[in-house]
Amino acid sequence: MSDLAPALSLTGSASFGDEPVFRDIRLKVEAGQWTCLLGASGVGKSTILKIFAGLSDEVTLKGMAAASNGQLKGRVTLLAQDDMLLPWLTVQQNVLLGARLRGERPDIIRSEEILSKVGLSGKAKSKPRTLSGGQRQRVALARTLMEDRPVVLLDEPFSALDALTRARMQDLSAALLVDRTVLLVTHDPSEAARLGHAIKVMTSSGIEDFAPPNGTVPRPYDDIDVLKTQAHLYSRLSRPT
Amino acid sequence: MKNLTAVLASALVALAVWQIVVSATGLPRFILPGPSLVGQTVWDNRMLLAEHALITISEVLAGLVLGAIIGALSAVLLAASSLARTFVGPILVFSQAIPVFALAPILTLWFGYGLGSKIAMALLIIYFPVTSSFFDALMRSNRDWLDHARIMGASPARIMWHIRIPAALPGLASGLRLAAVYAPIGAIIGEWVGASKGLGYLMLLANGRAKTDLMFAALIVLAVFTIFLRAAIDKLANKIVD
Repeated sequence: MSDLAPALSLTGSASFGDEPVFRDIRLKVEAGQWTCLLGASGVGKSTILKIFAGLSDEVTLKGMAAASNGQLKGRVTLLAQDDMLLPWLTVQQNVLLGARLRGERPDIIRSEEILSKVGLSGKAKSKPRTLSGGQRQRVALARTLMEDRPVVLLDEPFSALDALTRARMQDLSAALLVDRTVLLVTHDPSEAARLGHAIKVMTSSGIEDFAPPNGTVPRPYDDIDVLKTQAHLYSRLSRPT
Repeated sequence: MKNLTAVLASALVALAVWQIVVSATGLPRFILPGPSLVGQTVWDNRMLLAEHALITISEVLAGLVLGAIIGALSAVLLAASSLARTFVGPILVFSQAIPVFALAPILTLWFGYGLGSKIAMALLIIYFPVTSSFFDALMRSNRDWLDHARIMGASPARIMWHIRIPAALPGLASGLRLAAVYAPIGAIIGEWVGASKGLGYLMLLANGRAKTDLMFAALIVLAVFTIFLRAAIDKLANKIVD
């Protein structure tokens, strides 16, 4: 990654037509770190990702979304719950999708390196439908790495996976997305406690910081501090505002 | 193979019923010839039938290829441009209010008695099913895929080519399946209105001379061709969808 990872900031209110999505929020995402944004459904977490991703055509933002060094456009990539693999392309072609879509020469060698990093070297020529949910999500992660953007937006990427696969995906992502600015939107307190350098809880009354557990990311899921933070997050989330 | 057996079995049952009706009612052969007589007629007139079938088959295939190409291009154009949707869309819908059959005489006037008017007829009759089923599929593209492609920095043209069109191929395939059945209808209507060759022409001719067995023979040849055409298109469609 040649581009230095920026910090992100978002302030203001957003609405979807006449429908307000969130009001007067203030979000800061530190450069080169994992920030986990927790909150109930419908509180506007995904809208924040959309705004950073530049997909907010239908959202009116009164305020500002910015990167600390330069523009955001072209420096962002997204990994969502739906892996968004194109079923008619092979695994490797999916990983190389960005080059195909921009009309660039595909970097085959790098795609093979990345596929081996996510443990899918043997699957390069397979079609996505032949893979398990966890494997598909690893392909999506490989595609994200292939894009090599300094800002990575994660929209509940692991929520459809079984617990064990999810823990493995968390470890793998933490290792491979190191030094990038990662904003992870999640429903899962344990995920936030494991992965967040910073943890933020979003409710209808705004965004508040939550002290992350000690230890380096990814923290072990059986660490006492991680479990305590997880418990605190559960009780914080069970209060509506 | 199991499928083929089922088709053959149901065809045999239909032929048996047909033969029983003819034998039991004693209908004269110029009203309803039995299947054995029709089979005999097909064999006796095989050269004549082949000659006319070749004409009809070329009309159908040419109409099918042209209609599929023009229909697919129209669908992509309409899906790509909201301007085209605004201005061309209503014209297309209006054109569908005109029965294609009613155009046959004018097409004969414009394109002559030869292949041209029949190809135009087959093309017109399949144009709308191909265009509308492909267009509908193009407009139903997965929103997340499109957003994702935008994040990756893709232009609308590349999104169309690499995502929307491949994702919409099942829609094109179902349009083509319909087209395989409609195109022969178009060609036959064209031949009825004015032709000196083709199975439709032969049917009219045979009918006029009370050669009902020959009319049925031509009909059977046409039906068998349509079935094979439909099967071939189905195979092709499955291939593009995969």
